[in-house]
Amino acid sequence: MSTYIPPVRDMHFVMNELAGLEAVTQLPGYEESSPDLVEAIMDEAGKFASGVIDPINPVGDRQGCTWKDGEVTAADGYKEAYKLFVETGWNAMPCATEFGGQGLPTLVSTAVQEMWKSASISFALCPMLTTGAIEAIAHHGSDELKNTYLPKMVEGVWTGTMNLTEPQAGSDLSAVRSKAIPQGDGTYRISGTKIFITWGEHDMAENIIHLVLARLPDAPPGVKGISLFVAPKYLVNADGSLGARNDLICASIEHKMGIHGSATAVMSFGENDGAIGYLVGEANKGLGYMFTMMNHARLNVGLEGVGVSERSYQHALAYARDRVQGAPIGDKSGVAKPIVHHPDVRRMLMDMKSRTEAMRALAYWVAAQMDHAHHNPDSAKAREAQAMVDFLTPVVKGWCTESSVEITSTGIQIHGGMGFIEETGACQYMRDSRITPIYEGTTAIQANDLVGRKLAKDKDEDGNSGVGAAALTARIRATVNEIARDGKLGDIGEQLGAALDQFEKATQWMLANYDSNPQAALAGAVPYLFLTGIVTGGWLMARAAQIAQQHLDNASGDDFYKSKLITARYFAAHQLPKAAGYATEVTEGSASVLALEESLF
Amino acid sequence: MKVLVPVKRVVDYNVKVRVKADETDVDLANVKMSMNPFDEIAVEEAVRLKEKGIVSEVVAVSCGPAACQDTLRSAMAMGADRGILVESDGELQPLAVAKLLKAVCEKEGPSLLICGKQAIDDDSNQTGQMLAALMDWPQATFASKVELAADKVTVTREIDGGLETLAMALPAVVTTDLRLNEPRYATLPNIMKAKKKPLDTIAADTLGVDIAPRLKTIKVSEPPKRAGGVKVADVADLLNKLRNEAKVI
Repeated sequence: MSTYIPPVRDMHFVMNELAGLEAVTQLPGYEESSPDLVEAIMDEAGKFASGVIDPINPVGDRQGCTWKDGEVTAADGYKEAYKLFVETGWNAMPCATEFGGQGLPTLVSTAVQEMWKSASISFALCPMLTTGAIEAIAHHGSDELKNTYLPKMVEGVWTGTMNLTEPQAGSDLSAVRSKAIPQGDGTYRISGTKIFITWGEHDMAENIIHLVLARLPDAPPGVKGISLFVAPKYLVNADGSLGARNDLICASIEHKMGIHGSATAVMSFGENDGAIGYLVGEANKGLGYMFTMMNHARLNVGLEGVGVSERSYQHALAYARDRVQGAPIGDKSGVAKPIVHHPDVRRMLMDMKSRTEAMRALAYWVAAQMDHAHHNPDSAKAREAQAMVDFLTPVVKGWCTESSVEITSTGIQIHGGMGFIEETGACQYMRDSRITPIYEGTTAIQANDLVGRKLAKDKDEDGNSGVGAAALTARIRATVNEIARDGKLGDIGEQLGAALDQFEKATQWMLANYDSNPQAALAGAVPYLFLTGIVTGGWLMARAAQIAQQHLDNASGDDFYKSKLITARYFAAHQLPKAAGYATEVTEGSASVLALEESLF
Repeated sequence: MKVLVPVKRVVDYNVKVRVKADETDVDLANVKMSMNPFDEIAVEEAVRLKEKGIVSEVVAVSCGPAACQDTLRSAMAMGADRGILVESDGELQPLAVAKLLKAVCEKEGPSLLICGKQAIDDDSNQTGQMLAALMDWPQATFASKVELAADKVTVTREIDGGLETLAMALPAVVTTDLRLNEPRYATLPNIMKAKKKPLDTIAADTLGVDIAPRLKTIKVSEPPKRAGGVKVADVADLLNKLRNEAKVI
């Protein structure tokens, strides 16, 4: 087994030189996060990720969680690791200072969370869900709810969950049937079955705070009749101590393809008198509340794609340097060498490395835009940043996760036959990655959001659509022109320019066809999302190449910049050309998607 | 009571070092650096003594380039109260470090100095001993247990074939072995607080000691590749090989 070594050099490069950490730390509220503090945080987080979380990842994969009579026990080592995670204060890192959090910039917590996800997606899901629940209560809950639940949840001694999905209500939450009956004393009794509840039950925390979507008796049908409730596993007494067990139980846990270390629970609410719940915000606005947290949640899942790809790459690289097999072509000595010397293994490693770095650049860049959107005192700048966040969040989620499935698959391929054998450890990353394009909105949901709300319906005051896409295009075009003027990196500039032309073509097609033929537009939505990912990732890699070139020209560059430049060249030559294929799918492909009658399948 | 803890910035233990092409040194460019693990144990022990109320101040000291500030911040994130960087860009050998530490000890007047028994980069295992000699302080090396009282320290040390317990008058030097404790992970609030703790820098050449290297590195090379093993037929064959081929018995 390899050991996870956080790629701190690349993380620092992306934070500092691509995403603008310095500008972020000058935003009001973030003044304390100086770059040298960030460096110390990254170092210590890295120690924790590789020393505490990474070692339990394969254990969780092999053992999984155990369910017995409604109680779930996590795999060996998880409880101890989680306790240490809470004691060292990492759970509080992304939370607001008001309830005991550290209030670090999203950019910084994004980089740290990538480490947790690389070390173990299963483990990292627990604090991730807690953070989501904290945000929901913090933004929409009453002061009483905040004071009762947030301090313990921020600390991490209580964890949080999201109870959205029901057997008949997956991507379409308008079909939610769980009921909430008002009791006249301000509380509600909740009943219904929720499925796919990540860490819905476990033995790592004193209490589990469930956020539950349910309908009031008089609720209107559809999405406008869904309310959000807090339902704790143990009721909380007025003095903050734990009281009676609430009427909710984990009926079973799922047998899954991956993320075995995390319990995916079927939750049954109200098998007796109904689970006591407390309304969050106003009635019938629950779904809207969930949406306010969506950008962060989707960025976080996109980051799982980055993290698991990095881990799979490290694992494959260690094997490629170790495994001796055959003399490389052209090597006259005939002596067998490690497979890293064979051209196609090199191609696979470059594929993994360049795509992972592009994905990291995109995720961190969007995280920095989130910081600007929320904290920049210049309202025009904050708006611009928000437009980038809105347009690119579904891309981070959809592109980084779908890519991670391919990248982790390549990670197995590099191992050859041994990759298919579980004890090698390469399989886990692919199995773990497979859920990421599905949960928190499937790729199709992301793509529909992208071409619908974020493109066609993204209008300026004059009613022109595609405002965010146009702003992004302008930024990328500026880089293309800069490279052309500069004369260096022409190979990268040409590929980026050509890919951007394809993106513009596909964008125009989407805008022209979305209203008149939405079916055709959505038939090409996922290719459009991949196209956006490749072009934006390719843009950030081109910018990385410009920065690296500058360092090398000034003799301030070391091997890192040399490697970055070559990696950016690889991305330009091997990934950017795919833009044309995706654009063709968008503009020419919809008819053949929809032409075949359903009965002819 | 004040405790001084020297900490060294070394190649991270996870890094597989490679020899430079010109065989002058191992390649340190672009390599992750961390606190010497034995020194982490020393910091942990000092912080525990402070938490027990026996020690009032823990001061971390590092000798080397400006980048050693990171190592001092790590020590402060674990609980050291302040840091002293003795800045020097040149090569520092154990005797030079011992002399620099002597100058710091004379200035700070600690009752106890706890350091790692050796650093994982050069594995010298000399600095603590040399410092004790220079200061004329008693020393207990390879400590697996430290009990500190107001005027003496009792140290259990690992020796061949067992454990030895020594009692020493203070001030004294203790060097740590792996079994002494398990260093903590720094908490996020403490990492953030460490940034605000005082960190003084002293230029090494202001301390008036000769830190010129006494040893010259002639060549650094990869260890020889291990030859493949063979299966021996029986005990007699094994003894024969040990006697005549390996010439070890």
